[in-house]
Amino acid sequence: MSDTVHQQVRDFIVENFLFGDDKYPLEHSVSLIESDLVDSTGILELVSYLEEHFGLTIADADIVPANLDSIDNIAAFIARKRDEGRRLAG
Amino acid sequence: MRVEDLLRESAAERPEKVALVDGPARMSYGDLDADSDRLAAGLVALGVERGDRVVILMDNIAEAALSIFAVLKAGAVFCPVNPSLKGDGLGQLLADCRPRAALTQAKYASGCAAAAEGLAEPPRIVVARAQGPLVAGLLPLETLVGSAALRPTHIGAEADLAMIIHTSGSTGQAKGVMMQHSAMLAVSASIASYLGNSADDVVLGALPLSFTYGLYQLIVSVRTGGTLVLVKGFAFPHAVMEEARQEGVTGLPLVPTMAAMLLSMNDLSATSLPALRYITNAAAPLPAAHIAGLRRLFPGAHLHSMYGLSECARATSLPPEEIDRKPESVGKAIPGTEVAIVDGEGLPVARGDTGELVVRGPHLMLGYWENEAATREALRPDPATGETQLHTGDLFRADTEGFLHFVGRKDDIIKIRGEKVAPCRVEAVLHGCSGVREAVVTGVPDALLGNVLHATVVASDPDLSARAVMRHCAQHLPDFMVPKAVAFRDALPKTASGKVVRRLVQATGTVE
Repeated sequence: MSDTVHQQVRDFIVENFLFGDDKYPLEHSVSLIESDLVDSTGILELVSYLEEHFGLTIADADIVPANLDSIDNIAAFIARKRDEGRRLAG
Repeated sequence: MRVEDLLRESAAERPEKVALVDGPARMSYGDLDADSDRLAAGLVALGVERGDRVVILMDNIAEAALSIFAVLKAGAVFCPVNPSLKGDGLGQLLADCRPRAALTQAKYASGCAAAAEGLAEPPRIVVARAQGPLVAGLLPLETLVGSAALRPTHIGAEADLAMIIHTSGSTGQAKGVMMQHSAMLAVSASIASYLGNSADDVVLGALPLSFTYGLYQLIVSVRTGGTLVLVKGFAFPHAVMEEARQEGVTGLPLVPTMAAMLLSMNDLSATSLPALRYITNAAAPLPAAHIAGLRRLFPGAHLHSMYGLSECARATSLPPEEIDRKPESVGKAIPGTEVAIVDGEGLPVARGDTGELVVRGPHLMLGYWENEAATREALRPDPATGETQLHTGDLFRADTEGFLHFVGRKDDIIKIRGEKVAPCRVEAVLHGCSGVREAVVTGVPDALLGNVLHATVVASDPDLSARAVMRHCAQHLPDFMVPKAVAFRDALPKTASGKVVRRLVQATGTVE
């Protein structure tokens, strides 16, 4: 499950920020900002994608590097958000 | 007096005062002064001499500020370079300014070394924040700072060049704007006076130091003994605003894209920045809706709507008390300078008519580096007095009270995220993409970025995809210059002489 999330997020980044260049060595732990893969407006596109694709509600306070600055961080963030959602629903 | 004397004076007056905040690290004026003395001595020992160029290719980190003052103390000329510049662009810039040294940071070191290869006299490359050993020939910046070399004695004069900063020319060739110490001192004094800056100010430094507007946050802050909070980019506005609140930020310099991002946040309020005294905008006109939004969000802060260009740093500013009455004006000439709106002959137009803005004063550039033709075009004598005036290439009109209103560009330069983009530079990259026969780019208004580029392409390869075109651009251009959409056409509209008519491409639209 979590591998699938990693893959989906990776696909989005390769498609939108690398324009399909899948030869780019994109490690799951690499900082997207430090490596200049994603700029400030790119983060907004990423947030819209996560909201739509994973059905999350992302608050301003969630848009921080700890949640969004690497594929690993994003996957962990999605898992936490889904967990929260389940607890609220349950 | 020279620019580095601003630092020496502030350090003598308040050695313990925090000059720079860089994440959890703080650097006092005393340390910034002493470390830049040592780095200057290290640069002199490397062979840097008075008048030599030294490139600074860094993010907004403390070492970038340290490097600027060290280069000046060594008597040399600093050349701030946008780190998002890619291979060819960086190579061309190095070939243009032929630096004796390039000061960079670990993440850009290999790109910088690659771009310097093939130069007749490659610069010495000095690397900040290297983790582990460096490739042979590269030197750690920390070693230079740590060396016990003697502080250089005062080198140079006020009329010397302090900086060469590159700006896009309409021909696509970057031009090096040469600024003397005297001009930088004059404009920083003018800015500090109309913003009322003092040692109590804490300014958010989120704009790149490689960008004139970002660089002057440092120069003005050091001049007035204030604190500059260095931030790399604005990708995480919530995190930046939280840091700004914790640091007690009093000054918030913005470009319209940042203003749009702040206004899209739901949980921002006046209490987010309780110490905020002023906001500035430059680089591109702030839409009236953003002005109203910022006024609602931070009612207690003065909002300064300004206009500038690298060739004089800053030209005009609107007094904040006029912002609600004149939201679409960028004000009048900054203190100690003059502006006029002129016709094709260089003569003033009638009040209310549109013409080119020209700027006069002690803050003008000396000219473009090794580009006399462009210099003659930009710096021309006022036909009435013979005084040199800077032709901005921007069209303005003045209202009945003399307040200036931006109308448009004289050439086809497009502003994206506040940065000047020459369409022909992007077109040159498009023409290098295999499968592209002809290409033209146009600017399309965008709520966040001001404008974005759309490309219209005539393909020689029927299988060429829009994505492949964008990927090619992304490999050769900074992000903001990559077209957001690509449309294919059988032919481009042309004049009888075969020149592509950009206006017609725009009129017919480029997106399917």
